[in-house]
Amino acid sequence: MPPDTLEFEEPIAVLLKEVEALSMMESTPERIREIAALNRRVESIRGDLYARLTPWQRVLVARHPARPSVLDYVNRLFTEFTEIYGDRRFADDHAIVTGMARYKDQPVLVVGHHKGGRDTKQKIFRNFGYARPEGYRKALRAMRLAEKFRRPIIAFIDTPAAYPGVESEERGISEAIALNLREMFALEVPILVVVHGEGGSGGALGIAIGDRILMHEFAIYSVIPPEGCAAILWRDSNRKVEASEALKLTAPDLMAVGIIDEIVPEPIGGAHTNLDAAASLLDTALDRALRTVSAVPADERLDARYRKFRAMGSVGIIEQGA
Amino acid sequence: MAWFKKSRKPIAPSAAEKPSRVPEGLWVKCPGCAQIIYSKELETNLNVCPKCAHHFRIGSLERLKSFFDGEWTEHFANLASTDPLQFTDTKPYRGRLESSQAATGMKDAVVVGSGRMDGLHIVIAAMEYSFIGGSMGVVVGEKITRAAELALERRVPLIVVACSGGARMMEGALSLMQMAKVSAALSRLDREGVPFISVLTDPTTGGVTASFAMLGDLNIAEPMALIGFAGPRVIEQTIRQKLPEGFQRSEFLLEHGMLDLIVDRRDLKATIGRALRFMEPRPVDQGRSAGPSGHARPS
Repeated sequence: MPPDTLEFEEPIAVLLKEVEALSMMESTPERIREIAALNRRVESIRGDLYARLTPWQRVLVARHPARPSVLDYVNRLFTEFTEIYGDRRFADDHAIVTGMARYKDQPVLVVGHHKGGRDTKQKIFRNFGYARPEGYRKALRAMRLAEKFRRPIIAFIDTPAAYPGVESEERGISEAIALNLREMFALEVPILVVVHGEGGSGGALGIAIGDRILMHEFAIYSVIPPEGCAAILWRDSNRKVEASEALKLTAPDLMAVGIIDEIVPEPIGGAHTNLDAAASLLDTALDRALRTVSAVPADERLDARYRKFRAMGSVGIIEQGA
Repeated sequence: MAWFKKSRKPIAPSAAEKPSRVPEGLWVKCPGCAQIIYSKELETNLNVCPKCAHHFRIGSLERLKSFFDGEWTEHFANLASTDPLQFTDTKPYRGRLESSQAATGMKDAVVVGSGRMDGLHIVIAAMEYSFIGGSMGVVVGEKITRAAELALERRVPLIVVACSGGARMMEGALSLMQMAKVSAALSRLDREGVPFISVLTDPTTGGVTASFAMLGDLNIAEPMALIGFAGPRVIEQTIRQKLPEGFQRSEFLLEHGMLDLIVDRRDLKATIGRALRFMEPRPVDQGRSAGPSGHARPS
């Protein structure tokens, strides 16, 4: 199977293999036509597949190793990115990236998880996007810098979870996330959140409080990974497909219950098949959202942010007679 | 085919060999020191073993009674979950809700009350572990948020007693968002200088720890409580090692600087009372401007 295709994309994989074989042979007008025809078929099958992805297929797309990272978007949409490092307390956590940049010629602060892409060394360097307490503290320090100099914050969410290790517990992962949750409600500058990959529970939420929550079409956002949920509730992690359906972790599901504000469309086949197109689609949504939230006075914005999260879950509550 | 015929039946656990608790409920064996305790004596001792100070888990109502001086008022008791995701695993979530409601007589996993403690007006929310592991879903999030808002409105201290396995999976991302919702409300208390005391009891894990339980002006734990973000089994799977004895217990957290203090349940009320008197609003110092309560931070 070509490295970029997922298990459910097998019909595409077969065709791509044929294309590859044909391109290796001497080029003739007939072969060129054949390749073009095969590519059209790939596109049409892809279109069909992606028009009705199941929740589990979305999980696979969201976790695709070639899924664009925060830096892929920063390189395409932002200029003058200057990364800053460290939490000024203990260490620099490579699983969370932050820095100053310009967006539409306006200074902004960028913060986001980074899983490391498909390179094994990079993955290890980034700890697969599992942030430790230092990461959340670095993020908060950087966001306070943005607050001090009145610059908007743009947060990119893509993490399996906060790192579940001994050192995380020793250095207070819970406190680090909790403090971010509380303090992000007090930051007066505009905050935009883009859930572009995997929104992995508290590890994601720890930098995901904002005025507008955008979510990519094939991204996921969940209280627990489907495998973990299956292991606990079904006592069998192989029931992950059912768990992914039950958890309602897709963008349309979350839109329906008011957790996100907007779905960012992706190129057919997922953001990883065309990074430039994916960036350009995000650009449109981001620009509009930033203008909208920046137009509101700070106190109203804070109030609206509070009310937005205050309302979350109201759909699931009824008042019963005693 | 075995070489030797087994002449005797294999030893099977017989139904009669369950741990003996005869006569029912009169005596309790302490898991801490293995001593036999008269259950009445245990009750009057706030369910703390009089011999080794092992803290038995207690219910939310008993917890509230242990704090209040006398009469207290329950709030928001009628809120219940609608099962917003129509969640079904091996059995429907709705069924789990109904059986928990029947077993506990509560609508969900937290009780909110207001009254006096050591003479001071307070609002308390206490979580109920026997209701789906004390997990935080939309109702728990809503009630704790309302408790915070009530405390803010009355400008009285808020105490939240955590006892929870974390977020409630069966309500999906909605339960995750309760971490944000409650933290938002606590952000307002913090800004307005209204005291918030977090009491962490066995167990306090997951999304509950990573939100309000760690946000107290004081984070106070009972002895030997399991407190953590990831569960011990998850961590063992990550690092592929056995965890050291006492890992994620209150004493471990205190040693690592994550708790303000550990207090025996029998001293909890008095300790919190002293802390709240320290936090009581007082007249603003002359010549120094301050926020509405005298304790607010300069904005």
